[in-house]
Amino acid sequence: MKRIEIIQNVLAANDSIAAQNQRLLDSHNIFAINIMSSPGAGKTSLILQTIHKLKKKLSIAVIEGDVASTLDAEKVKNEAFAVVQITTRYMSENCSLIANMISRAIQNLPLDDIDLLIIENVGNLICPSEFILGEHKRIVISSLPEGDDKPIKYPMIFAGADAVVINKIDLMPYVDFDVPSFQNTIVNLNPKVKFFKVSCKTGTGIDNWCSWLLHGMDDKAH
Amino acid sequence: MHEFGITESIINIVSDKAREAQASKVVKINLVVGELSGFVPDCIKFYFSSLSKDTIADKATLNFELAPVQLCCRHCSAVFCPQDTLWSCPKCQSHSLEIAGGQELYVESIEVE
Repeated sequence: MKRIEIIQNVLAANDSIAAQNQRLLDSHNIFAINIMSSPGAGKTSLILQTIHKLKKKLSIAVIEGDVASTLDAEKVKNEAFAVVQITTRYMSENCSLIANMISRAIQNLPLDDIDLLIIENVGNLICPSEFILGEHKRIVISSLPEGDDKPIKYPMIFAGADAVVINKIDLMPYVDFDVPSFQNTIVNLNPKVKFFKVSCKTGTGIDNWCSWLLHGMDDKAH
Repeated sequence: MHEFGITESIINIVSDKAREAQASKVVKINLVVGELSGFVPDCIKFYFSSLSKDTIADKATLNFELAPVQLCCRHCSAVFCPQDTLWSCPKCQSHSLEIAGGQELYVESIEVE
């Protein structure tokens, strides 16, 4: 019997495909964001608000990831320049998008005509934190009805976020959600994170969120 | 369930290394899984039993070493393993902490014949 030392990251294969995806997107000057949250936090609503606000300035494509159905793709198809639905139910990884799925999906997009690619991940606070896809920014949405303890229960997804969007802020009078405590828990793990308080229902805070996205795109371009 | 693809990656890594070493059989695979990683050893074992069939790693034993959460205090640089879910530095009580370990999943070594 012989022992062989290896020390090889099992996620290296995914990370390598993600790097290829990012190179392809960069070569077409596309800025990509990966939106992650638990189910029902408002990923599709934020995407619709973002497209509504920015579609006169930018050509926006969306990749929709869902375990089943094309409901979200149906919702955004009239607003977005292009939409690709990834249905993960019959795939080996069904709880998260992985870099390989994005690699296939972007082959179906007119890359020369896209400025911003929004990837809506599968609703889940655990699995998507493990897989990078080739995105330039990682966004996590938390909504007030979920409670303010999510960063304690699911630290990894918040530790790796570039921005956290606190959605359904219009429900503040009706729920016990301690925003400063929520933000402190995340900042303690991730001091560079940006926060946005929004209501996708009323449109509150969407301007700030979209300004940050546009700045991010400018920074990358220069 | 995202262990299917991960298990395929493990088999690929192990098979490549075993072939490089001109081994005929992989007997044991030693893996390190971080406590904060979302990977479940039992799921990896479940997929491994079918995915490894007809590979050099068929019937190999999977041995998992659990890597604890390790935090580094941004104020006093203490490195420690937290004892509860409300993370704070045992030296200076700061909550500003960097995750220094516990997220990993890697193949540490294999034993071959």
